[in-house]
Amino acid sequence: MIEINKLNAWFDDNHVLKDVDINVPKNGSFGLVGESGSGKSTVLRTITGLVDDWEGEILVNNKELGPTRDKTFYRLAQMVFQDPFGSLHPRHTIDRILTEPVNIHGLGNSDARVVQALEQVGLDNSFRFRYPHQLSGGQRQRVAIARALILEPKILLLDEPTSALDVSIQAEVLNLLSRLRRELGLTYIMVSHDLAVVAHMCDDIAIMNHGRIVERATASQLADGRLEHPYSQQLYKAAGGYDRAVVDSFVDWD
Amino acid sequence: MTTQTNTSQTGLKQWLTSDAPQSRWQAKCGRVWLGWLKFTENKLAMIGLSIVIGLILVTIFAPLLAPYDPLAADLTNRIQPPGAEHWFGTDQLGRDILSRVIFGAQYTLLIVGLVAITAAPVGLLVGTAAGFFGGWIDATLMRITDVFLAFPKLILALAFVAALGPGIENAILAIAITAWPPYARIARAETITVRKSDFIEAARLQGTSNMGLITGHIMPMCISSLVVRVTLDMAGMILIAAGLGFLGLGAQPPMPEWGAMVSDGRQFLLEQWWVATVPGIAILIVSLGFNLLGDGLRDVLDPRGGD
Amino acid sequence: MSSETLLSVKNLEVTFNTPKGDVHAVRGVSFDLGRERLGIVGESGSGKSQTGRAILGLTAANGKITADQMTFHDVDLANLTPKQWRKVRGARISMIMQDPKYSLNPVMTIGDQIIEAYREHHKVNAKEARHRAIDMLDAVKIRDPERVFNSYPHEVSGGMGQRVMIAMMLIPDPELIIADEPTSALDVTVQLQVMAILDDLVRDRGMALIFISHDLQLVSSFCDRVLVMYQGHVVEEIKASALHEAKHPYTKGLLNCLPKMDGDHSDLPILEREASWAEG
Repeated sequence: MIEINKLNAWFDDNHVLKDVDINVPKNGSFGLVGESGSGKSTVLRTITGLVDDWEGEILVNNKELGPTRDKTFYRLAQMVFQDPFGSLHPRHTIDRILTEPVNIHGLGNSDARVVQALEQVGLDNSFRFRYPHQLSGGQRQRVAIARALILEPKILLLDEPTSALDVSIQAEVLNLLSRLRRELGLTYIMVSHDLAVVAHMCDDIAIMNHGRIVERATASQLADGRLEHPYSQQLYKAAGGYDRAVVDSFVDWD
Repeated sequence: MTTQTNTSQTGLKQWLTSDAPQSRWQAKCGRVWLGWLKFTENKLAMIGLSIVIGLILVTIFAPLLAPYDPLAADLTNRIQPPGAEHWFGTDQLGRDILSRVIFGAQYTLLIVGLVAITAAPVGLLVGTAAGFFGGWIDATLMRITDVFLAFPKLILALAFVAALGPGIENAILAIAITAWPPYARIARAETITVRKSDFIEAARLQGTSNMGLITGHIMPMCISSLVVRVTLDMAGMILIAAGLGFLGLGAQPPMPEWGAMVSDGRQFLLEQWWVATVPGIAILIVSLGFNLLGDGLRDVLDPRGGD
Repeated sequence: MSSETLLSVKNLEVTFNTPKGDVHAVRGVSFDLGRERLGIVGESGSGKSQTGRAILGLTAANGKITADQMTFHDVDLANLTPKQWRKVRGARISMIMQDPKYSLNPVMTIGDQIIEAYREHHKVNAKEARHRAIDMLDAVKIRDPERVFNSYPHEVSGGMGQRVMIAMMLIPDPELIIADEPTSALDVTVQLQVMAILDDLVRDRGMALIFISHDLQLVSSFCDRVLVMYQGHVVEEIKASALHEAKHPYTKGLLNCLPKMDGDHSDLPILEREASWAEG
């Protein structure tokens, strides 16, 4: 469904992505893990056309992407952002946020679509005309997911969708995302700094450091802790909570 | 009867403060209502609002309120001090000052209203375009803005009126030309702050055009700051109009524009103080009213503080 | 772990007066703190941060603090004048906040800020203060203390900024440190490195620590005791080592809903909130 070959990207003079290769089958779920500066979010932004300076091959649904994106692309792939407080326009009602894309793409039936989208993410009709500041973080993130789904895409690009949420809300949102992938046959690329979240949600995982993929693993490999690259092992151990011996073994990866 | 009224009032209040609005209209009304409640907590702002409402009412009901015709000269009654017949006295042509001040309110509101309606949208457009597109568009628009900002407002207005000729329409045009640059600056600053937000990127990813982004997403974020700035500026606009009128370049006689009235009364200031002072006080009160209103609006509309 | 009690809090209540009515952020929280590490865990809205702030008198203006008792040694924290607070804050109780981007003064160099923190409580000359500041930067394992001393906060990374914050807060040698989500804004490995520094400093100086966080796993691996808060109440108090024996359904629910790396992709257990938990 998504194929990325030898992707390189630059922000001014910084080489932020170095020879990134990714392959995601239809209805698959691919996880990108890394710390800040690893380039994981940049991969998503390059796919959506928000990065100017890049080279390489990006194929989505067997079609190669160029420097710009068009409406057909937006109906195919949508993104859910990290910050539930920043990704919804503070002055628009939820209804407006959800009807806008419908109108832009001339899909019609906006009323029915909005109701259906809210239902899909588990929000009832009372939310329809509220403003974002009247919703909790988890509810906002559900609206963000509804907004992504209302154009009926086949691919969801998830940029740390639960990092800003409480742990109990995170569980609900992750379950929602799993259910939607099952029911709608979606393909996911999920980016996170949280190895456990990615291990839980994704079939295949790539660990990134300083713009490069240092290791790939399947979910079951991760479950067994079968990681080879020292950086991956370091990340794996760090996910286990505070342990002095573990910290003392850390190396700064520069 | 009382019970019925109470329920219907509670009904409206419930509708406004409902947690689950049923329509866009209800949601908007609810927001305005909450904003209003916050505004009413500010005593000074309410005073400002009352003054402005007073100004509007006086403007509308001027013919009913004014005891005399503002333009009717009565040379036998020249420069009468304030008394029972003429509450604020008469001017050098025997015209009732109270009536002239009342009718003068119309000119004040006209000037302030027209300037606001023309300058604010221009500033908003220039500012959002500059902030959104950046690059040479930003540079060009901002340098043009800088040119206008380099001149003190009154001097620039004087220059324009001198070029266009005296008269109230030209005075309004001149003031509008000097008023728009700060709005462009404000709009540009807000646009630059907002344009990197996730919600703008999300809208872009849904296929929203640049025009759609500017009008539907960025402008709404600028409006609050702009409204506050415009109301705060209104005091200044009144003073510039008064200044132009004072210099004989704004409203022409016999129009009872307050600035012109102050100018006319100059020569009598020492002995017959009321001719210049009464319109002067009117200018003071209305300027203060707009200032207080603007302050109150800023407290309510500040987008930084959330809703 | 000595039996000496540093801080005693009984029935702390913090209520905020908002346009929408009273918000009871903290309801009847009680605990004693010895020379140990106490973790306070909760989700957003649990009142954990407000508890920490109340102890230092940092509650916002529209908040009201009441407590049957809130004493630090013999000092009654509930009724201090601003002058008395200046003797307590920094010198005896210090607070480390979450994001150095917002908690460090952006227009002062790091060195100046640390010196200011030190000279607030110690009368020394500039040279001596500078010496101490550089020593402190060294103590938080900053490799090039001279360079960082002369830098501005925006010129250093998040992890380094947080270490600077720790240096600043520990240089007056307080007895008690309240850390409010000190590592939440940092990358995972940097988080642990910063915690190791805190670990060493707290142990070497014999300080008491209150560690406030939403991360139950992190807190239980670092602290001796954990208080779990829900909607202003303490629902459970438990030894960190005995976390798996937690009794309260909220604590158990929190532990269960964490995703695990065990290859199991089935739905995560959801936390079913009971109204009774909010009644304490």
